[in-house]
Amino acid sequence: MAASKIKKVGVFVCHCGVNISSVVNIEKVVEAVSKLPEVTVARDYKFMCSTPGQELIGKEIKEQGLERVIVAACSPLLHEETFRRVLVKSDLNQYFFQMVNIREQDAWVTADKDKATQKAIALISAAVKRVQTHEPLPKREVDVDPNVLVIGGGIAGIEASLQIADAGHKVYLVEKQASVGGHMAQFDKTFPTLDCAACILTPKMNSVGFHPNIDLMTYSEVVDISGYIGNFEVTVRKNPKYVDYEKCTGCGVCMEKCPSKVSSEFDEGLVERKAIYTLFPQAVPNKPVIDAKNCTYLTKEKCGVCQKVCEAGAINYEDKEELVKVKVGSIILATGYTFAKPDVLKDYGYGKLDNVLTALEFERLNNAAGPTDGEITLKDGSKPQSVAILHCIGSRDKNYNEYCSKVCCMYSLKFAHLVREKTGAEVFEFYIDIRSPGKAYEEFYTRIREEDVHLIRGKVAQVTDVPVTDDEKGKLVVIGENTLTAQRVRVPVDMVILSTGIESNKDAADMSRLVKVATDKDGFFIERHPKMAPIETASAGIFIAGTCAGPRDIPETVASAQGASSLALKLISKGKVEIEAATAWIVEELCAGCKLCISMCPYKAIEFDEKKKISVINEVLCKGCGTCAATCPSGAAKARHFKDEQIFDEIEGVLSL
Amino acid sequence: MSKLNIGAYWAASCGGCDIAVLDIHEKILKVNEACNFYLWPIAMDFKYEDVEKLEDNFLDLMLFNGAVRNSENEKLAKLLRAKSKLLVAFGSCAHTGGIPALANFYKKDDLLRRVYVETESTSNPDKILPQPKTEVKEGVVEIPEFYDRVFSLAQVVDVDYFVPGCPPNPERIWEVLEAVVTGAELPPKGSVIGATDKSLCDECEREKSEDKKIKGFSRIDKVMVDPKTCFLDQGLICLGPVTRGGCGQKCIKGSNMPCRGCYGLPPDIQDQGAQMISSLAALIDSKDPEEIDKIVKEVPDLAGYFYRFSMAGSFLEGSK
Ligand SMILES: Cc1cc2nc3c(=O)[nH]c(=O)nc-3n(C[C@H](O)[C@H](O)[C@H](O)COP(=O)(O)OP(=O)(O)OC[C@H]3O[C@@H](n4cnc5c(N)ncnc54)[C@H](O)[C@@H]3O)c2cc1C
Ligand code: SF4
Ligand code: SF4
Ligand code: SF4
Ligand code: SF4
Repeated sequence: MAASKIKKVGVFVCHCGVNISSVVNIEKVVEAVSKLPEVTVARDYKFMCSTPGQELIGKEIKEQGLERVIVAACSPLLHEETFRRVLVKSDLNQYFFQMVNIREQDAWVTADKDKATQKAIALISAAVKRVQTHEPLPKREVDVDPNVLVIGGGIAGIEASLQIADAGHKVYLVEKQASVGGHMAQFDKTFPTLDCAACILTPKMNSVGFHPNIDLMTYSEVVDISGYIGNFEVTVRKNPKYVDYEKCTGCGVCMEKCPSKVSSEFDEGLVERKAIYTLFPQAVPNKPVIDAKNCTYLTKEKCGVCQKVCEAGAINYEDKEELVKVKVGSIILATGYTFAKPDVLKDYGYGKLDNVLTALEFERLNNAAGPTDGEITLKDGSKPQSVAILHCIGSRDKNYNEYCSKVCCMYSLKFAHLVREKTGAEVFEFYIDIRSPGKAYEEFYTRIREEDVHLIRGKVAQVTDVPVTDDEKGKLVVIGENTLTAQRVRVPVDMVILSTGIESNKDAADMSRLVKVATDKDGFFIERHPKMAPIETASAGIFIAGTCAGPRDIPETVASAQGASSLALKLISKGKVEIEAATAWIVEELCAGCKLCISMCPYKAIEFDEKKKISVINEVLCKGCGTCAATCPSGAAKARHFKDEQIFDEIEGVLSL
Repeated sequence: MSKLNIGAYWAASCGGCDIAVLDIHEKILKVNEACNFYLWPIAMDFKYEDVEKLEDNFLDLMLFNGAVRNSENEKLAKLLRAKSKLLVAFGSCAHTGGIPALANFYKKDDLLRRVYVETESTSNPDKILPQPKTEVKEGVVEIPEFYDRVFSLAQVVDVDYFVPGCPPNPERIWEVLEAVVTGAELPPKGSVIGATDKSLCDECEREKSEDKKIKGFSRIDKVMVDPKTCFLDQGLICLGPVTRGGCGQKCIKGSNMPCRGCYGLPPDIQDQGAQMISSLAALIDSKDPEEIDKIVKEVPDLAGYFYRFSMAGSFLEGSK
């Protein structure tokens, strides 16, 4: 390690109230750090991030002529920006700063006070060595493109798009399916208010369809994203619809006459739809698409009925997929969830026994626009006398999803109410715990209890049609345990509803690669900070709304969508963004052109220069993630602010004690 | 021009480096014309006492091959340092420890026991191990002390230049000798000479993909190796990326074998093995810890593979 040249280092140690000081002996830390030859001044303060704390740092920079500043406090994720600003205000380059995390990485995880104090001293010593070779890096700013891309047209995507479009900015809304609406469009009533889903959703769907600022691309998918915050270039694939929407009047004759029938996904397979179809009667856009796999003309060149009956001449069997490129400044991810169908459903007779339904099938059965016009009936058309609703199927279960799916308790209570109201049947709810924290949720639970619903605490083991008593003959028998009375129970019923949960989309990993936002172990997108930045992601300019970030109900989904749109609007109104200055570069004289870095760069920022036979980093695209620097076997790719010598100095600083 | 005084020495080495000097063929005559030899154990008979008698800095050039493994190696390293103007660490063993330094993965006692007691062809029922001093009827027999670990030359004495290679490429050797003999301007002290600053991949003509992904490692005896495609793209570990060029590509081109790393680490790399592991780890195409573990285990003797020539100066040794 080179001898230290920079002798004017200031160290500022934060108590964070008692968060740090209750474990770390701040006095000892300041004393030890003051003795380091490079340190001119070491100070401590109760809250370094507060205005007086910041002023203290600024004052010492001026008075002592500090060349480097170290703050030992919380995670740089929280306050690095704050302290960098103090440096800038004091005319020091913001990269002459180093933040040492003695809260999350020390005080909060170290029980022994002496060890925690030693660790704080070691970490600060490391920083003192590291800042020796910090270099000033210039600010980099780029203009923000005011257009926004929204991926996914469920209630989250709809809400976010409308907010931005109403504020006067262009939105590209890309929806995979033939209509916007998402899962909410499948419901009839929503908890806890029991208001009609369609009544609150369809007006918004229509606004999205007709808004002059929204370019709605249904039946489309995003296939490529390049660029960075403020300047993304997005490629959208419009899948062939085989219907010319310019000509189509939405009359629906084609759907009436089409002879080819397949099971309807929107109706959870409870009924059939045609090969040319709209997802549901209020679809937006309310024009059909041809499902190429099931269209007799497209598969066998027979039929052609829809073309014959369409007076508008809108059917085009030659339609091809189309790639469209759009430029946007920010992206909102609102790809929602898939409804879980875990293997465990089999244990409950699903797929084998009649009248065992998933929750979403029940939603369709109950929907006024559904297969039974909203009548809750058994397969034979009769009304059920008794219904069991089984909570937590595949949720809170180590074998399936460990997490709580959050909405199932509430929708199960909603189902109980609907069954009681529409059929008067007896309802048995088997639950583990009722989770009803939310505005008016506990009250809703109380209301359902008062509706004479049998609530049985215990998880069901099995559903069978093998009777043991006469009562059970011709019934579905729910076998479980009532954990409150410690008794085994067998309840004969006519219908069983399996409340399974919210799961991440099957293609979440592909989407994650595309947008460069990591997913957690369950496939939900990870927020930049679980508390302080729940809508932002580690990829600047990309926001997450709704259930693609985890299980949420509609109010939370809408709130996060409004949050995401406000962050996108903030970017637009700022007009410019500062981008990372700590990028990487490649030393021409050392690069051997092995291309390993090109394989690894997650931001596709590296290109090969065929003439010079070396790799070159496009600094505008580079995010400074450092992957190339770690990968480059020649040591040719180097990361600014994370140079080898800085890291080695840091290590030696830790070990020097 | 007056003749130069030179010498060559072998410490812990196989002798290959000395043979490589002879591999400059008829040019050795030119060397002989321009130089007087004062020490070259493999080729000529000189005594250590003769060298000890020389004045300090008497030798213009000393090519020292082999690592420092025992007290004799160290003694000679110090002696030759004193007697030479230019001391060159010649070959991988002197440069970075080479093959002998692979022994640094083991403890001294384990090594001695394995070699003198346990090997299949050894019969040593009394488990006698070599001792620095042994009393016999005739007096005390002394042999050099076997050290706890192997050192590179620079870890023991100050070195002027390094010529890597196991062994160094004869063409490069000639270039070095020619430079000294003709009095050409020499690079700054401490330089690696006879090798490029860029890694071997720079001169390697194999086709390299821009999307390397490693799903598993293969071994050279298990696959048909395509001589036109980068080994890494074929799942074969090639140390070319962490090795200087200049070797003449005898492995890569000559025998369709991946680079084993003998030309040592490029200038901006701190640790050849660690860097190769870091680079390869980045390329492994899996996020599943179990799968990754399986892939990594496909490399038998991982540490030995990546530190084949550079163990003495590696981070694992704690210092250079
Ligand atoms: C059975 C059940 C009942 C429920 N009942 C209630 C209730 O009564 N009250 C309540 O508050 N909440 C309820 N919920 C929760 C509610 O469904 C969600 O909170 C809400 O629908 C989430 O909306 P979203 O926009 O995030 O996701 P989604 O509704 O899933 O919308 C996502 C949209 O993105 C599209 N998409 C997905 N991937 C892509 C892609 N790659 N490219 C383009 N588009 C894509 C999808 O096609 C879809 O249109 C219930 C949930 C279930 C399972
Ligand atoms: S495609 Fe033709 S027939 Fe079908 S809805 Fe459109 S206008 Fe009507
Ligand atoms: S640091 Fe390297 S790997 Fe990371 S974005 Fe920049 S060029 Fe790509
Ligand atoms: S990994 Fe390093 S040596 Fe290889 S091409 Fe990239 S910068 Fe050049
Ligand atoms: S890794 Fe080996 S085979 Fe591939 S380019 Fe480098 S030297 Fe050639």
